[in-house]
Amino acid sequence: MATQRQLIYDYLRHKKKFPNIWCAGCGIGIVMGAIIRAVDELGYDKNQVAMISGIGCSGRMPVYLDFYTMHTTHGRALSFATGLKLARPELKIIVVMGDGDALAIGGNHFIHTARRNIDLTAIVINNATYGMTGGQYSPTTPQHMLATTAPYGNIEQDFPICELAQVCGAAFVARSTVYHVEELQGYIEQGLEKKGFALIEAVSYCHTTYGRLNRLGSAVDMMRALKENSVTRQTAEKLPPEELQGKIVRGIFVDREVPEYTQLYQKIIERAQSGGKA
Amino acid sequence: MRTAFLQGNEACAYGALAAGCRFFAGYPITPSTTIAETMARELPKVGGVFIQMEDEIASLAAVLGASVGGLKAMTATSGPGFSLMQEHIGYAVMAEIPCVIVDVQRLGPSTGQPTSPSQGDVMQARWGTHGDHPIIALSPTSVRECFDLTVTAFNLSEKYRTPVILLMDAVVGHMREKVILPAPEELEIIDRARPNVPPEWYFPYEETASDVPPMANFGDGFRYHITGLMHDRAGFPTQRLDEINAWLTRIFRKIDAHVDDIAITEAINVEHARTLVIAYGCTARAAKEAIYMCRRHRVGLLVLKTLWPFPKDQVLLAAHEAQRVVVPEMNMGQIALEVERLVGRSKVRRVRRADGEMITPQEIRAAIEYKE
Repeated sequence: MATQRQLIYDYLRHKKKFPNIWCAGCGIGIVMGAIIRAVDELGYDKNQVAMISGIGCSGRMPVYLDFYTMHTTHGRALSFATGLKLARPELKIIVVMGDGDALAIGGNHFIHTARRNIDLTAIVINNATYGMTGGQYSPTTPQHMLATTAPYGNIEQDFPICELAQVCGAAFVARSTVYHVEELQGYIEQGLEKKGFALIEAVSYCHTTYGRLNRLGSAVDMMRALKENSVTRQTAEKLPPEELQGKIVRGIFVDREVPEYTQLYQKIIERAQSGGKA
Repeated sequence: MRTAFLQGNEACAYGALAAGCRFFAGYPITPSTTIAETMARELPKVGGVFIQMEDEIASLAAVLGASVGGLKAMTATSGPGFSLMQEHIGYAVMAEIPCVIVDVQRLGPSTGQPTSPSQGDVMQARWGTHGDHPIIALSPTSVRECFDLTVTAFNLSEKYRTPVILLMDAVVGHMREKVILPAPEELEIIDRARPNVPPEWYFPYEETASDVPPMANFGDGFRYHITGLMHDRAGFPTQRLDEINAWLTRIFRKIDAHVDDIAITEAINVEHARTLVIAYGCTARAAKEAIYMCRRHRVGLLVLKTLWPFPKDQVLLAAHEAQRVVVPEMNMGQIALEVERLVGRSKVRRVRRADGEMITPQEIRAAIEYKE
């Protein structure tokens, strides 16, 4: 394990001016740190890694990192990544998205990319709100919570990200939080090593907008809530359903072998080039 | 050289393959679907990739991702899908990513008349995406031109690092003609300029003499940043007015300063023409017939193969002795607006039709011979 100083030198862009765009206390930087350590731990060459993002607070991550980086449009990061992966199957592609980005405007791309099982590692940083635009309700905002566009409380059901990816056919699905950062890093490593679509939900928080509106306290208070309100899958299985209400269940939900898209397409190319015979 | 009996859509697909296109992402839509079907069959034979995406938004996104990975890439659609693609046409302009977008126009707005031709997307091609930007759009009149202009579209997109729109229509797309296709060695194929500096010296949006900076592929060791935000020469977001202005003037200049290279027209009997017909796409076919009907009256025809940037020098030259300029088009008057702006409104007679039927030579003849 390289020292922090070495990791900063190796993976953050020297030409890019810091500080970063995120609020002090935000969880996105923790996810960025986990990604850097995961890539370093796996020993990938930087010339082999691409990072694609959409729009929102999480969308600003790639600019700081010394990979091939692309900050695309709102919700479409997975579609850009699909094209890049098909053009350059040898690249390890990390797609970073927020909850609104991945599941509202990008919901259609999310389910279809998971269904294709194309070899991408998607990380959804779930803070249950639209942070950059100031705290509107997102597809993962729990019912009854307040948002600037839900001043009387949110009446919509929230999207279970991991369950969604699972039924769509992803090869690897896991959830952790920005408090459980070593666990999160481990899931990112497993996702990167998995041949197929890997989805990692990193539960985070937004103390600046959502936390303030709902009187959830400071970043430290919200971080503490992640620690206290989350249980592992193993513990969750033993708990009665009423005690699981409002709890974040951490762990690996799916780890299976599914034929991967670029490998299947390679077979199509071989078949077409041999005159259409198998 | 190869003789074939092809649909315009098929010729477009073969043109793309000949131009070096190795990636196609699309979504089924009438009347463009045969382009996707041809690409699905032919691309893997040459080691390329075809993918059917979940919608047109994702289709163009995948095309841009593949282009950044180094492949020449294309999508094809029709009006409703073209509307969905506008977001990423803007991204391609902003990030200067080469790609070709084919719009086989059908009658709109909305679902309109899916199997009927139209030329209603001319202004959408020009201004469809938000923000001010230059664009290149070409329009073929025949099956052979579907092949040729697809090759040209790829060449221009690679040369100028810009999206190029090929505005076909349901008539040229679905029509079958005997065509003699050129041999590969007869074609001029342009590939994007690659950086010839070490990665640490590379600036993806640097000012260069040609106004088109070289483009590195993701995967080739040049680890740079691409964004839809206003950016500096390194590709990093900027709010500095001098950098924003420099970028904006450069992307306009790289197209505007090369209109002579981009603008393709065909002039028939335009010298000393008293009446000039200006037409494009399938309507140009009817216009050709019409000027032969009226050949005693010094009638000329200027066929626009490039619609954007508008070939204004060619139009002014062809129209300079004309008393009347007839502009037939299958919309309520879109290119006519540009012509009126150049030659004056009083000279222009529009022949408009937006009901899904082709404009006939007789209708154009009536406008040529109309007595004020």
